[in-house]
Amino acid sequence: MAATVPSIPCKDECLLRPGNTNCGGCGMSVGLTMLGRALADAGDTCTLVIPACCGIVTAGAFPTTSYGVPTIATTFASSSALASGVASIRDLNGESGQVICWAGDGGTYDIGLATLSAAAERNENIIYICYDNEIYGNTGGQRSSATPAGARTTTTPFGKTEGKKDMMSIMAAHRIPYAATLSIAHPEDFARKISTALSMKGMRFLLMHSPCPTGWKSEPADSVELVRMAVASGLFPLYEVYDGDGYCINAHPDDSDPAEYFERQRRFDDDEIDFNATRKACSERMRYLELLAEEFPHARD
Amino acid sequence: MSVEVITGNHAAGYALSAAGEANRSARGVACGIYPITPQTEIVEYVAKYPFSKGRVVPVESEHSAMAVSMGASISGARSFTASSANGLAYMAENVMVAGYYRLPIVMVAVNRTLGPPWNIWADQGDTLMLRDFAWLQFYCEDNQEVLDTTLLAFRLAEDRRILLPILVCMDAFIVSHTQTETALPEQADVDRFLPDLDLPHRIHSGEARTLGGLAWPHEGLSMRLEIDEAMKRVPDVYRECRTAFEETFGRDPGGAVQTFATEDADVILVASGTMATTAREVVRQRRDAGEKIGLVKLKMYRPFPAVELLAACETATRVAVLDRNYAAGEGGIFCQDTRAAFQGRRDDLLIQNYLTGLCGGDVTPTVIDEILADLSMRSEAGEPVWIGIDAGEEN
Repeated sequence: MAATVPSIPCKDECLLRPGNTNCGGCGMSVGLTMLGRALADAGDTCTLVIPACCGIVTAGAFPTTSYGVPTIATTFASSSALASGVASIRDLNGESGQVICWAGDGGTYDIGLATLSAAAERNENIIYICYDNEIYGNTGGQRSSATPAGARTTTTPFGKTEGKKDMMSIMAAHRIPYAATLSIAHPEDFARKISTALSMKGMRFLLMHSPCPTGWKSEPADSVELVRMAVASGLFPLYEVYDGDGYCINAHPDDSDPAEYFERQRRFDDDEIDFNATRKACSERMRYLELLAEEFPHARD
Repeated sequence: MSVEVITGNHAAGYALSAAGEANRSARGVACGIYPITPQTEIVEYVAKYPFSKGRVVPVESEHSAMAVSMGASISGARSFTASSANGLAYMAENVMVAGYYRLPIVMVAVNRTLGPPWNIWADQGDTLMLRDFAWLQFYCEDNQEVLDTTLLAFRLAEDRRILLPILVCMDAFIVSHTQTETALPEQADVDRFLPDLDLPHRIHSGEARTLGGLAWPHEGLSMRLEIDEAMKRVPDVYRECRTAFEETFGRDPGGAVQTFATEDADVILVASGTMATTAREVVRQRRDAGEKIGLVKLKMYRPFPAVELLAACETATRVAVLDRNYAAGEGGIFCQDTRAAFQGRRDDLLIQNYLTGLCGGDVTPTVIDEILADLSMRSEAGEPVWIGIDAGEEN
């Protein structure tokens, strides 16, 4: 499960240009760079549609922009609806290029969920990427329904008592052509999944585990290692679901202990995380996915 | 051109569809739609229209309907939608954004009472709630005016000197569901009237521009000032569009301010929508009886046509403003704007506000008579007068 660091292109026309003001160790920044590289490798381009989230702060102040592609800022709940309009006109005019929503977990799991569900139900011809940092980061760190149990945020000062919403299952239940999870600690897997998504039509949903040192109260240098541990311990399974019923697991956990993942983030400080219960939940979740992959496999070509 | 007996909703659906179809040789048309009584028939009409190059997206909420329309418009297509009442309230955030994005979207609104208490009848409170956004607003009194104004709205909104979205409003049921003879223009004429849309700030693949990101105060201020300048150009550009409309379709869509018997009038009624139809008839009868009375119909509410209104009331000493809307704790909204328009210019004028037809109440000739009787007794203006509270006693 060794993580490799991709070579990052730094050309002016790249998706995320140099000079942005994102935090050190920001998983979203790495994800944007990986997305840009995958687009370049495929000879593809995109229009970004970004709701309220760190991703639109990334653009910087008018008239400059940190994005090397056309980018539209939308209201918090609207990215997938506005993208539906953009994609409609692109398709009516027979134009190429992807329409990609780039949204945080607040805009995906919470305020934008109805909009996203409707776009998925209509099988809109868009790619929706959620960079899930498990927190409202842009507003200073409040809980979302993606925040895991035990995490302290400014609105769960004593630790969140509820667990994380299972967004992947929700999206898979819409039977969209493609749903997959992404980890920046697995760049080859990341690139392959973007490439798969780019080769398809219809609604494609990608969920990226996105470390946020500011919100997670972790060391910026630990970001990639933390999400690597999340995959290795089964906390964040890497898998794909084709058409809602073709499952494929991309990385099998290696029995790593999830405890270290928690211990290296001060958002879990002072909480009595029941590691035995966490280990059990991880292994049950993996077993559930493995059963699905066994009974409803997606034949990879 | 054919004349058919259709509803106001049908007229609006026809105009929206014809306008969308007229952009088929350019980037086409797309819009988001969502039902709400009493405008549902408009989006039903649009949904079944066989666009040559278009897509109608049936979404899960009004908020998303406007978002889809914005996405299409930002991509350079023609776009529109329709809504009413609580639907407009739910949509409000994206209504605001469409204005600040300078997108020439046309929205037909059927004015319906905001609930609670639940009520589907006419009241202008829903669209007036949106009055301070960067949208033009027009209030129509009959089916033909709805059709004509909707077509005209596209040309006005898409004019490079304006580039602002427009609300075209009609009263619930009284217009939306009442069938009248309406002239339906030929598509070829609509094509001539509405040239291909070429939105100057549409997104282009390969152009790295970010729309709607952060702007520092002085940049934001400049953008607001540009909107203000565009708003100030509206009366002139409207006149041009009105002339072009008449040349194309052989019919006058009406001015932004429409006067009836105001020359030498001592008393003037200021009204909008279907209240103006009733008031005009009362004025006609009283004129026949020798009274110096006139009517000003405000078709355009945003931008507020202060200059035209002042000119129309030149000889008046008393003005009654009829408001089918209510700003809590303040009174009627049209009256506030009227008072502001006259302040410092005609402080001698007695301007009295009448809240009438609120929550779907009927504004009959008897109601207008009641208002005029009250007005004639006054030596000075007072608090807004609520009309229709005792109507239930007759039931």
